Amino acid sequence: MTAQPTQKPRWSRQARHNFMWGLLFTFPVIIGLAWLMIYPVAASLYYSFTSYSIFGAYKWIGAINYRDLLRDSNFWVSLYNTAYFVIFAVPLGIVVGLGLALLLNIKVKGMSVYRTIFYLPSIVPAVASAVVWAYVFDPQYGVLNNILRIFGVFGPGWLASPEWAKPALIVMSTWGVGGLMIILLAGLQDVPQELYDAAQVDGATWLPRFRHVTIPFISPHLFFTLVTGLIGGFQYFTQVHVLTQGQGGPARSTLLYSLYLYQNAFQFFKMGYASAMAWILLIIVVICTALVFRNLAGRVYYGGS
Amino acid sequence: MTATVGQEQIIEREVSQRPRGPVQQTVAHAALIALSVIFSIPFFWLVTSSLKIDQQLVAFPIVWVPNPITFDHYIYGLQFVPFPRYVLNTFFICAATIVGTVFSCSWIAYGLARIHWPLRIPLFIIVLGTMMIPFQVTMIPLFIIFRNMGWFNTYMPLIVPTFFGNAFFIFLLRQFFMTIPMELSEAAKVDGANELMIFWRIVLPLTKPALATVALFQFMAAWGDYLGPLIYLSDKDLYTVSLGLALFRGEYNAEFGGLMAASTVMMLPVVVLFFLTQRTFIQGITLTGIKG
Repeated sequence: MTAQPTQKPRWSRQARHNFMWGLLFTFPVIIGLAWLMIYPVAASLYYSFTSYSIFGAYKWIGAINYRDLLRDSNFWVSLYNTAYFVIFAVPLGIVVGLGLALLLNIKVKGMSVYRTIFYLPSIVPAVASAVVWAYVFDPQYGVLNNILRIFGVFGPGWLASPEWAKPALIVMSTWGVGGLMIILLAGLQDVPQELYDAAQVDGATWLPRFRHVTIPFISPHLFFTLVTGLIGGFQYFTQVHVLTQGQGGPARSTLLYSLYLYQNAFQFFKMGYASAMAWILLIIVVICTALVFRNLAGRVYYGGS
Repeated sequence: MTATVGQEQIIEREVSQRPRGPVQQTVAHAALIALSVIFSIPFFWLVTSSLKIDQQLVAFPIVWVPNPITFDHYIYGLQFVPFPRYVLNTFFICAATIVGTVFSCSWIAYGLARIHWPLRIPLFIIVLGTMMIPFQVTMIPLFIIFRNMGWFNTYMPLIVPTFFGNAFFIFLLRQFFMTIPMELSEAAKVDGANELMIFWRIVLPLTKPALATVALFQFMAAWGDYLGPLIYLSDKDLYTVSLGLALFRGEYNAEFGGLMAASTVMMLPVVVLFFLTQRTFIQGITLTGIKG
């Protein structure tokens, strides 16, 4: 902006200067990207075509790992379990998170107390919450089934039952919607009050107002929570590993994709095989995210900012 | 400038809407109380169970209020595994990774926010893009790299990478750094300051709350991390709280009292930190989410 044609040499010295400073400040991340991200991503693609196991030599075996995966029933079970988990847990999380945010957005006394109660579960360490939930879900001595009994419902075996273990995981993950709720609440607080007033003057009731004012305004936030929820859902690991002692039981019902990948890599030491799984995961995540972007990004309303 | 105002407003304006009618208020309160009760059940169960005597832990129907109250699980229950040792190990990792993260991420974010050079935007986009890559993709090659370096069964693989930046925190700090008027930097340059001095004497002091947010989030991440220690640590003396608690559960599945006491201890620093720094917490979450 301040550079004038006559000062061109000076400006380019300034540019060189800036480039040098820029490099000096960003060199850690450049090294980090190359060493801890780009090389590993490429290496994992290479390993996926080898018979790598951390003991001894490995050789190029072409697409055999991928062929074997397609014939591996555990692979399909883990894919099914993960799809089940993501399809229910992510939308449910967004609906509950949005519901809580809407309630908190009504001016009530003690809002920050409620907010704390809803938010706290999302920040407690995953291992600790898994240990607590294991006891909450205990079919006989757990608090959940005993509460259900008060209402005359005979609760299922939850984590001990192949049919109910996945719903139990979904319940558990919904307990942790606090972070998502805070993001949506921030979005709701940005909706201009004038718009609600205008809608009210036009005679719009609660539902049209929600549909045509609230939703468009918070669509960037909803979009963000959907994308991060998807990516996170495919990587759900810690809770299942702790709850099932790394087994994914009962009867493979909680064998999630990340858990089976971990088992292959660090229990069976089939590093090549696990790398093939990792690349399939990467492709699934990229496709899902791209689909979400393609179908929703156009509808996201960025008018506010 | 508008950005600064915007961020402040999000935090300051607890409630942006007008008060509703008394009926709506009552309904909202009822719903919030009911939901609060539901969300609190696991915490209630955790804390009361850790104070129950053994018979009441497996009583049927369940005992809601422990009677008598016992602290035995906190005294003896935590000795099934060397829990105090694991707490110290984890605090060490937390401290080292906080130093690494705060220093590297603020340094890098400065280069991406405050210096006008051609790679500023492309590099930032690449850094953001890496957030989409699942950890499982890089996990195996990283394990092999660190193992070949002789770092298996040490804390090095958990600590050293934090000195090379973290996409999430770089993003967060960059957003903060962008809000500082460039005029401040230019004035300092006129006075003969170079970028290093501006970084150290102007930008960092102005963004202390953001640095605190990063430190806080890094503490939480390192305190609760499970997969990293699970992969790299084999010696039980080196275990973290996460691994210790999982080990405890694996070996003494039915020791409900001890398990609940250990879980309470593991949650305690997080809950205490949350109450001490609530504003910072909410602010951090909001900021990182909002520009996504």
